[in-house]
Amino acid sequence: MTDQSVIAARNVWKLFGPDPKGYLAGMEAGRSFDAIRADGYIAGVKDVSIEVARGEILVIMGLSGSGKSTLVRCFSRLHEVSGGTVSIEGTDIGALSERDLIELRRSKMGMVFQSFGLLPHRTVLENVAFPLEMRGQDRHARRERALEVVKLVGLEGREDYFPRELSGGQQQRVGIARSLAIEPDIWFLDEPFSALDPLIRREMQDEFLRLQRMLSKTIVFITHDFDEALRLADRIAIMKDGGVEQCATPDEIVLNPATPYVAKFTEDVDKARVVHAGSLARRDLTGEGVPVDAKASVQDLARMLVQDARAAIPVTRNGAPIGAMPRDEALDILVGGT
Amino acid sequence: MAALSEGAPAGFAAPALGRNRVAVVLLAAAAVLTVAQYGGLLPAALHRVPESAVPPFAPMLDAAFNFVKDDLGLLALTRWLTEGLQWVLDVTANLLFGKRRWPNLGPIPWTAIAAVAGVVGYYLGGWRLALLGAGVFIWTALIGQWKDAMETMSVLVVAAPLAFAIGLGLGILAWKHRAVDAALRPILSALQTLPFFTYLLPAVIFFKVGPTAGAVATTIYAIPPMILMTTLGLQKVPAEVVEAGEMSGATRWQLLRHVYLPSARTEILVGVNQVIMLCLAMVVLTAFIGMPGLGAKLLSMMGSFKLGRSFEIGITIVLLAVMLDRMSKAWVVKQPVHHEKGTSWWRCHIHLVVGTVLFAAFCVLGQFVEVATEIGRRQSFSQGKLIDTWIKSFLAIDAVQAVTGFLRAFVNVQILIPFRNFLLSIPTPAFILAVMAFAMWLGGRRQAIVAGVFFGLVALSGWWDRSVITLYSVLSAVAIAALIGLPLAIAASRSERWSRRILLACDTAQTFPSFVYLIPAIMLFGITDIAVIFSILIFAMVPLIRYTVEGLRTVPAEMTEAADMAGATAMQKLWKVQLPLALPTMAVGFNQALMFAFFMVIIAAFIGTQDLGQELQRTLAGTDLGKNFVLGLCVALMALTFDLVILKWAKDRKRALGLD
Ligand SMILES: Nc1ncnc2c1ncn2[C@@H]1O[C@H](COP(=O)(O)OP(=O)(O)OP(=O)(O)O)[C@@H](O)[C@H]1O
Ligand SMILES: [Mg+2]
Repeated sequence: MTDQSVIAARNVWKLFGPDPKGYLAGMEAGRSFDAIRADGYIAGVKDVSIEVARGEILVIMGLSGSGKSTLVRCFSRLHEVSGGTVSIEGTDIGALSERDLIELRRSKMGMVFQSFGLLPHRTVLENVAFPLEMRGQDRHARRERALEVVKLVGLEGREDYFPRELSGGQQQRVGIARSLAIEPDIWFLDEPFSALDPLIRREMQDEFLRLQRMLSKTIVFITHDFDEALRLADRIAIMKDGGVEQCATPDEIVLNPATPYVAKFTEDVDKARVVHAGSLARRDLTGEGVPVDAKASVQDLARMLVQDARAAIPVTRNGAPIGAMPRDEALDILVGGT
Repeated sequence: MAALSEGAPAGFAAPALGRNRVAVVLLAAAAVLTVAQYGGLLPAALHRVPESAVPPFAPMLDAAFNFVKDDLGLLALTRWLTEGLQWVLDVTANLLFGKRRWPNLGPIPWTAIAAVAGVVGYYLGGWRLALLGAGVFIWTALIGQWKDAMETMSVLVVAAPLAFAIGLGLGILAWKHRAVDAALRPILSALQTLPFFTYLLPAVIFFKVGPTAGAVATTIYAIPPMILMTTLGLQKVPAEVVEAGEMSGATRWQLLRHVYLPSARTEILVGVNQVIMLCLAMVVLTAFIGMPGLGAKLLSMMGSFKLGRSFEIGITIVLLAVMLDRMSKAWVVKQPVHHEKGTSWWRCHIHLVVGTVLFAAFCVLGQFVEVATEIGRRQSFSQGKLIDTWIKSFLAIDAVQAVTGFLRAFVNVQILIPFRNFLLSIPTPAFILAVMAFAMWLGGRRQAIVAGVFFGLVALSGWWDRSVITLYSVLSAVAIAALIGLPLAIAASRSERWSRRILLACDTAQTFPSFVYLIPAIMLFGITDIAVIFSILIFAMVPLIRYTVEGLRTVPAEMTEAADMAGATAMQKLWKVQLPLALPTMAVGFNQALMFAFFMVIIAAFIGTQDLGQELQRTLAGTDLGKNFVLGLCVALMALTFDLVILKWAKDRKRALGLD
């Protein structure tokens, strides 16, 4: 574990069944998901080791039931893990006492839930202020702070509404506001934008990125939407049957899928949009002429790639040259020939 | 056969077949015994359990009670509790009907109470409930029953919150700790089948005669549904809401207080509704232990056959019940609504403000205008005498007389009495075997064994004949209720509108305290056996109709459509598709009808019966706690047997039909 990593999961297992720990202890290594199911257990999370660095956005993807929500619940100890350890900033949270765990959640963690989890009898403002109230903050201070975050998510004027009086998208924004109220360092988001219409979703993503630039939190973000993942992710983890198939940058996942499943999962993705000049650049190549920026995607460079005649195009990151990109490789990606 | 069931695997091969066969064997044995008895071949000891063989349950229970009461000092404890309760009851009694006790403020003028009821009604459900709330109290005052009603209410307003608090606490414990839940469940189901007289006597012995005993019996009676609804509500709180609370850093107590309980609001309020309704039903019945109030008034009026006044009191009780029910149900569905920004404080709390102002105004008015405080007996609009004459002239109409006469002469003499005599003629072991056969056929081996044990205990109690008569009343009333109720329900279920109407009528009728069902029975049939059956019958008909309509209406549409596509006639559809699918739900209704009947048959003892109820009622006059319990347990054991068997069948059937 590097000192940079905020969340570190090591060989984490989460089994659902009558006696998960006992079963896990007696189970031989490498048992498959289906074999475990045949024994009467569901492997919600299967032997996952993953680290998330400070300020990083990790996006988790996978089909429905692949264990995304379960994994995130293990990170926040909403689920007790059946095996392995989860450390937050170097402390094993499985070993925390109830008091310390509550303290950790009160000071460091925020979570947005897939189906909102709002308290039906509280107004928007009271819901948002709930974590502050649990901390014992005084009425005036928590009202101030709650108003601030409610404004941040664009729900001004609805402070006194009850959840039932809001649309799905608005309810989700209350959930987001609540999770931000305590200014958490670590932010878990379980499909936070799935209830929003495309326009607002786009707006919220921009808002989210803006917030992230400002606050630079450590974020674990679950989504079903590959486009969303691409816009937000530093790294993407793809899950299947409780296990992580691959965890890498988007370019890496598209260019070098680790398993056939990942390849199939990313099959329909428009690679030209995912792959950046930086990941195609080779140190050993040198190119001539006007360089391109490492952050430009192949699609961004489409016109130039087609018109240019150079075999290798120099690439710079933050102004410094990092190598050159073979033009034919980029062209292959552009026409979908890889 | 015996060998088969010993060798386990072979016995399990065809469980349904084996079960039916065992049932037939049991029934055949019962028949043989009965025939032997008719032929005079059966020794007397096999006909009835001989007196000498009856274990002394009652003295044993008495000794146990005395031990708990005196040696363990429970009596001292309860007497001490009594003081506290007595004090609270005195306060409410002073406020509501001016009993001379601290704080010596009362009585609150009836106009003030009616006004507050109106405002509460408006807050909960708009103008209609406002009218109902105020109207019921105005009626009560004008008809001259204010004091009686307030005597009843003064116990109710103490017992209901008490039952709520205890039920909520136990419910939370049962939800938190599996062991508490496991311990409570059997006690609860036994409590719910124990006849109410069995609640009364211990209450009297431990808490002295009067309002305190009444309040205690009422409270205990109303606790079980509150426990069940609390546990249910807490279990149903969505996982994500709880997790959101945990992630907010809530401690266990904060979770319970701020997340679980508010999120279970609906179920808890349904529990409140049930608590209120059970309290009202019971508080009326505490008349049997001398609690003053509407129940006592009704009891004495019926006793002296003043039907007009009984009728008026019955209406008052029913109106109170309907009002309390509607209001508490409106509270269940009432959702918070936000106020626009910048609304002033008093606009946000308009109901509170208006209610307080009206209350104060009428209290002041009451100081100057006497009728606004109390309406005396002379000034009331009671029409008891007039209604008496109406009832008499109605009963004197030839057609009416012909019908009641026919029912008395034919149904009673030709059908009911022979049926009773037949049941009484069956030897005890044969009877038990027949019940076991029934349990085996519907439930299974376990149910059959339990049925045998339960009825065996009844036989050993020494009250067999009275138990059989009780059972006879229950069975014949429910059978007749089914004959009338089922066709009615089937007819009603054919149209959406009628189903709704009849369900509403049933829901309303179900809120009436059972006591009032005696009134029409006595009116029509006087003090006769058939009046007993009639009162049970109308009481038991309600759940029967209700569940039948519900069962038929909730048959999945695709199934009836499939029958339509197959070209079934309406009749075929009913018999082949709808009824079989509705049967499990109907069975639940049938079971409830039986439970209601077991409850009512004891109350009907008031009319004069020869069953357990009569004996139970007699024990109330003394301190025969042991006998009281033995009698109560006889009723409970019989009721529990049916409950167990029928619900098991309904559950199996539902699973088999995939209707879970
Ligand atoms: N409390 C539980 N008890 C038993 N099984 C569970 C529980 N929670 C989750 N599971 C099982 O674990 C597996 C993973 O569930 P999870 O909710 O993590 O999926 P997901 O990837 O979040 O899916 P979705 O995209 O639909 O939200 C599923 O098979 C689910 O049935
Ligand atoms: Mg999920």
